[in-house]
Amino acid sequence: MDTQHQQSALKAAKVLMVGAGGIGCELLKTLALSGFEDIHIIDMDTIEVSNLNRQFLFRRSHVGQSKAKVARDAVLRFRPHINIRSYHANVKNPEFDADFFKQFDVILNGLDNLDARRHVNRLCLAADVPLVESGTTGFLGQVTVHVKGKTECYECQTKPAPKTYPVCTITSTPTKFVHCIVWAKDLLFAKLFGDKNQDNDLNVRSNNSASSSKETEDVFERAEDEDIEQYGRKIYDHVFGYNIETALSNEETWKNRRRPRPIYSKEVLPESLTQQNGSSQNSSVTDGDSMISVMPSLGLKNPQELWGLTQNSLVFIEALKLFFAKRKKEIGHLTFDKDDQLAVEFVTAAANIRAESFGIPLHSLFEAKGIAGNIVHAVATTNAIVAGLIVIEAIKVLKKDVDKYRMTYCLEHPSRKLLLMPVQPFEPNPSCYVCSKTPLVLEINTQKSKLRDLVDKIVKAKLGMNLPLIMHGASLLYEVGDDLDDIMVANYNANLEKHLSELPSPVVNGSILTVEDLQQELSCKINIKHREEFDEEKEPEGMVLSGWTQSPATNGESASTSNNENAIDATDSSSGPEIVTKKRRLSETKPENHKKEAENVESEEDDDLVEIENPMMVSKKKKRVE
Amino acid sequence: MDGEELTEQETALYDRQIRVWGPNAQRRLTKSHILVSGIKGTVAEFCKNIVLAGVGSVTLMDDRLVNEEALNANFLIPPDENAYTGKTVAEICCDSLRDFNPMVHVSVEKGDLSTFGAEFFEKFDVVVIGYGTRVIKKSVNEQCRKLSKRVAFYTVDCRDSCGEIFVDLQNYKYTKKKLEETVECELNYPSFQEAISVPWKPIPRRTAKLYFAMRVIEVFEESEGRKHGECSLLDRAKVLEIKKKLCEANSVSESHIPDNLLERLITGHTEFPPACAIVGGILAQEVIKAVSGKGDPLKNFFYFDAQDGKGVMEDISDSFTS
Repeated sequence: MDTQHQQSALKAAKVLMVGAGGIGCELLKTLALSGFEDIHIIDMDTIEVSNLNRQFLFRRSHVGQSKAKVARDAVLRFRPHINIRSYHANVKNPEFDADFFKQFDVILNGLDNLDARRHVNRLCLAADVPLVESGTTGFLGQVTVHVKGKTECYECQTKPAPKTYPVCTITSTPTKFVHCIVWAKDLLFAKLFGDKNQDNDLNVRSNNSASSSKETEDVFERAEDEDIEQYGRKIYDHVFGYNIETALSNEETWKNRRRPRPIYSKEVLPESLTQQNGSSQNSSVTDGDSMISVMPSLGLKNPQELWGLTQNSLVFIEALKLFFAKRKKEIGHLTFDKDDQLAVEFVTAAANIRAESFGIPLHSLFEAKGIAGNIVHAVATTNAIVAGLIVIEAIKVLKKDVDKYRMTYCLEHPSRKLLLMPVQPFEPNPSCYVCSKTPLVLEINTQKSKLRDLVDKIVKAKLGMNLPLIMHGASLLYEVGDDLDDIMVANYNANLEKHLSELPSPVVNGSILTVEDLQQELSCKINIKHREEFDEEKEPEGMVLSGWTQSPATNGESASTSNNENAIDATDSSSGPEIVTKKRRLSETKPENHKKEAENVESEEDDDLVEIENPMMVSKKKKRVE
Repeated sequence: MDGEELTEQETALYDRQIRVWGPNAQRRLTKSHILVSGIKGTVAEFCKNIVLAGVGSVTLMDDRLVNEEALNANFLIPPDENAYTGKTVAEICCDSLRDFNPMVHVSVEKGDLSTFGAEFFEKFDVVVIGYGTRVIKKSVNEQCRKLSKRVAFYTVDCRDSCGEIFVDLQNYKYTKKKLEETVECELNYPSFQEAISVPWKPIPRRTAKLYFAMRVIEVFEESEGRKHGECSLLDRAKVLEIKKKLCEANSVSESHIPDNLLERLITGHTEFPPACAIVGGILAQEVIKAVSGKGDPLKNFFYFDAQDGKGVMEDISDSFTS
């Protein structure tokens, strides 16, 4: 082996790591040990206690400090003479533009969310710098190599959107605990403690719709002098009692369903709680809003314990009381946060009471927190393995050893004896709107949808643009930036509120929009197709974007939402092992699609993948990188 | 389940992994005692992983004095000559590991592994040999097998960018979820001695070449009285001679073991840190499985080669002959 030559290549290389979390800590260590001497690392996060079981460069005393900086200092202790530069910042900040990316020989991602991954992918394409991408969940992991023009980019395959549930399942007919969590978090918590002006489906739609929505709205408003406990009981009785009664009156709904049971506070709670549980004095021991908890005052210690209906009801009332007693200023603009203990307690209790009502098994706070916070399972070993695989690919990239690039899956259960399964990378998808600039098609009602809907639901949410600019022909409809004058800003804001067909340059059936993000250096065309009607349940956004190969529905991969840590596109470890095989079989049955076929991962007989002679493989191989 | 609950502190620290393997498995982990002998790069990775996972105790054995070579892929040793001079590898690694997780008891045991008796090994649930001669591996494995309790036995060996793990769980019963039901599984493992003396002829041809290559190196080092990894390209002729002999004795063609693979194994004595991370990660995962009783354990060899990127399990026992 040309070890000497390789060592000097690594020494001279300048690499950028994005993310100093689970994968990042392992990666920085392995890069330093392997002989890399110029490493830059970006991470916006600070250290938390739940990181310490795997992010081994951090100690308890570091909690609250910058991950990038502490990781740098820790690695310099065993490799003092190398250069590590840390940035405690968001990779989406404008200073990290294509020019910044161009100074590096390779970019290594250890990220925890789809949004940032897409952003980095675009900058790598713009700067023409190779990207090694990675992710882990539990025992599963994956490493891929993305080189412009040679292999597919990160977005050549559409990434499944976070799992969503039909509105009526959440509001009226939950069958799983997760439905109760979504209800408690997105409807009830948001209604009580979040922005009051947001649309909210909390109240059951009853057949006699005249049932004064005015009246029910007022239930959630607390009068100035209203006793908090009375207010809490009123809410309790309304959402767990009255609303269920109302729902039960829709006989049609319950024909083939188990009927829920209305629950009223007087059935489960004593007349008055105030005396025995003066929650206010108990909370004085805590040292921050995120630490406030009702559990000590109720004698609840173990977060893995299952609470009964009474305990959940007590937690519900007491948590609500504490919000008003201790965190009144935040009410009206709170959003659920998995690190907010009181919010987790309230949501757990509310979800459990609802679950009880619908005959769904109750869950512990620990479990409820995992579901509500989309917490991704994470262990040190998978991160260490994936980091090792990233470095191996990074070395090949530096040597421009294109034939040897591999995408590697780390499996929980061996598939054909393999626990680490290398696969040849795929060619770029010719219809990828990111790396091949193929136009997209947007079906939309141009008379009813506003430019704001297009910006929020498509340009930002679907296309992942950070600082978008929208043009119709030569006419500039919208842009964001610091250097705009007031008149322009006013113009753009006015445009946002206009229907597409009423814009200064009307956008109608057949119009072609150009959407650009100057930071990501991404530009794409959207062909507009006017459509009158959309299915409320199936197409809740009221518009449908298509044009690049849509991977066939769901395939076990889902929810890689922005608060996930180290997420590959898999929700839970039990469905995980099937990811690989399922994905492939799906594409095998659809030969016309740009695809990932698994069966040619390896030849059965030979150890050496590069020398496959099986004629069956030839046609498939063509689609792969030569 | 068995005994006391996890403390609040443990639940907070281990939150993300309890979500992977559950509180019962975590409880079993916190009660397990691991013996590790021979700390090079891969074993350093392994130790980091199990200390983070929160095992009960880790006992380290490696009486080598720290020198430049020991530093190579071992991030547990800070490269400060003043700090390490006169100290053994185990002592220095012990200090670093304690720091990773104060809830794990990490200690050092001195002495020659081959002089310890069964009563010593009985204190442990898992024994891992990082490097050692074939004789030591055999004898420790036999000591463990004599005990009435099951002590899980592992060896691990990384050379160049390749690695081998051997596992002996003796008779191992565990449960796993298949669809909705829980099924009982039972595995019977051959001993180290049995596993390395399986006749080659009946072993399927697709089996990892590394299995055979490692046996050649093992025989070479033993017959020449070399320490682990003490070989170079100068030994090429002798190594090839041993390969020829072993292939003949097993009536398989010499092409069974590629020469260039043997060359890599004898020349690559600086460890390749990415391979250490990968093999050390797999080994830790296996030990966690065996201790917690969760998941299908490896039976009974694992091979990784960075050159083709595959991490493959091989089940090698005399079942081929029967």
